[in-house]
Amino acid sequence: MRSFETEKTQVEEFDRSIYDIKDAANASFEVNSGLTPAIVQKISEEKHDPEWMRLFRLKSLQTYNEMPLPSWGPPLDGLDIEDIVTYVRPNTAMRAKWSEVPDDIKNTFERLGIPKAERLSLAGVGAQYDSEVVYHNVRAEVAAKGVVYTDIESALTGPYAEMVRKHFMKLVPPTDHKFAALHGAVWSGGSFVYVPPGVSVEIPLQSYFRLNAPGAGQFEHTLIIVDKGAYLHFIEGCSAPKYNVANLHAGCVELFVGEGARLRYSTIENWSKNMYNLNTKRARVEKDGIMEWVSGSFGSHTSCLYPMTILKGENSRMEFTGITFAGNGQNLDTGAKVVHAAPHTTSHISTKSISRDGGISTFRSAVVVAPEAVGSKSAVACESLMIDDRSRSDTIPVMDIRCDDVDVGHEAKIGRISEQAIFYLMSRGLSEDDARALIVGGFAEPIAKELPLEYAVEMNNLIHLEMKGSIG
Amino acid sequence: MKKPLLEIQDLAVSVDDKLILNGIDLSIQKGELHVLMGPNGTGKSTLVSAVMGDPRYAIESGSISFDGEDITDESADARARLGVFLSFQAPEEIPGITLENFLRTAAGAIEGKPMRVLAFQKKLKEQMQVLDMDESYASRYLNVGFSGGEKKKAEILQLLMLRPKLAMLDETDSGLDVDAVKTVSKGIRAYHDEGNSILIITHNAKILEELEVDYVHILENGRITRTGGRELADEILQSGFGALQKEAADA
Repeated sequence: MRSFETEKTQVEEFDRSIYDIKDAANASFEVNSGLTPAIVQKISEEKHDPEWMRLFRLKSLQTYNEMPLPSWGPPLDGLDIEDIVTYVRPNTAMRAKWSEVPDDIKNTFERLGIPKAERLSLAGVGAQYDSEVVYHNVRAEVAAKGVVYTDIESALTGPYAEMVRKHFMKLVPPTDHKFAALHGAVWSGGSFVYVPPGVSVEIPLQSYFRLNAPGAGQFEHTLIIVDKGAYLHFIEGCSAPKYNVANLHAGCVELFVGEGARLRYSTIENWSKNMYNLNTKRARVEKDGIMEWVSGSFGSHTSCLYPMTILKGENSRMEFTGITFAGNGQNLDTGAKVVHAAPHTTSHISTKSISRDGGISTFRSAVVVAPEAVGSKSAVACESLMIDDRSRSDTIPVMDIRCDDVDVGHEAKIGRISEQAIFYLMSRGLSEDDARALIVGGFAEPIAKELPLEYAVEMNNLIHLEMKGSIG
Repeated sequence: MKKPLLEIQDLAVSVDDKLILNGIDLSIQKGELHVLMGPNGTGKSTLVSAVMGDPRYAIESGSISFDGEDITDESADARARLGVFLSFQAPEEIPGITLENFLRTAAGAIEGKPMRVLAFQKKLKEQMQVLDMDESYASRYLNVGFSGGEKKKAEILQLLMLRPKLAMLDETDSGLDVDAVKTVSKGIRAYHDEGNSILIITHNAKILEELEVDYVHILENGRITRTGGRELADEILQSGFGALQKEAADA
């Protein structure tokens, strides 16, 4: 019997050429690999930290040393902090004009389409290269409304220093887990955003994080405060070229959504497949506030990423929409967590995961409903698609409900691509690869339409590339 | 005699190692409309699926030629690009891709070049009007949540948009109300001309009423047992296959 198998070619890894172009090492300063008080001290000096931050770093390091590795989740054996260079300063100061950014770094961001996106569809851009932000700019009309968008280092010493100090690692304390402690000790770069009461930022801000140095870690900190009745859409993108040594990303995102405010936070993570992505994201939402997460995880060797939302104020809401695509050699452990801490709060978590070519995709969700959260609603739905028999997909939902008057639902589906559906599409002239890509693209479509357009296009391209020559 | 568009010679087809069709010969010329009838479970769908290239059906022996080319070993997409089309009895639902995007992708695959968006949309709108389809269907996901009748209309819409050389319609009229059958029949007439051919599987007279039938074949127990003109279909629709079998036994 004739079968599809005969027509297949196997492609080990898809064409990542745009992401994979490496710049020659040209750092102005980097610390030795490993983690000691002297290294942390050195980073603090290099960054001209205020005194409280220097002490904060050293205390975090102590916490790091005292805490065990997580007892669950994907193995982290390939990651040895002794081999990681925690601070690499690029050979430039932060600029507000692309023309002033050194050519090699500028060209990298040009290839990633960042300056173009800035001209066309963004209100402001921050671009980080290794450990420091190399470009930060916000449109004059947005700044005129009182919106602050800057690198976090400037914010630490500028007019918003007190606000930063009041919020920095308060939502994600260094004691949260070992990599939060690591972040507290060696964090560098990231963005600070403040949107004043009632201000609506109509077009998005975007920060892009690029890690070029082999064996390095990126530990950017993102702090966003959206004040009462304000609105912001913030986009975060990340990528790195592939190296044969492990790289580490342990960023931290803290989001404060004020009363009646709304924040949309979109991420497309496309790290290279030697990256350990151990990222922590958390949002706190006040009364009538809305938090919307859109999250796409495509890259990395290993990911642990579970954005958490604390619905602190009455009537606050959150929506999480996520997609994870695990290919060959990837173990992507992603999900979302929500705490209903006030009455009449609503959460809606909807995720899709795709695993192929031996990839492992695990979805974890945790829904906690506190006794006072009467009249709250929570709905969790996750759908997985396994492309072949060698791939894995797991769903691990946890629910901790301490209130009777709540409406909680969970729905999980795991499926495969139907051979009949492939035949149907092929009978209309599509090649087998195109038929598969179309079905996988269709599966991802409800998520894609939530993404900013250029990322939706990128995601579709990634899916098509990943599906070329996939195993049936 | 000119070369047939479709020529099936001594075809044997099995599924899951069970022989379904054996010794099938069938030849269809350009411009002809053939009807395939037969009791349930005798292999009518197997025949059209095998011609389309469904990999679940294994060709044990014999050959299928299309437009002068041997397509016995071709994949379904290659056959589609040569001009073979099958209207499925139960078309698959494909979430996340709209009918319009799908049709444009398919038309592009068959033409070998991308479709111009505006011209395509204009044509799509016209063909949907022929089939009394609400325009909103174009932006709905392919067959998802379509009723049985809507799915069949969507199949005929694909036929009208892709304009294949051979249209095989597997019980496209079954489960449809009288008006929907008329609409489907109208679609078939809009498609049919001297340059293309049709093979219809049906159990009903209604769909044939307004069509010019050239040949009727009866498939029983994996073989074509009789071939005739339109009168053969009328006879079966009046007296059933049983009478036909009895007649054959008496002869």
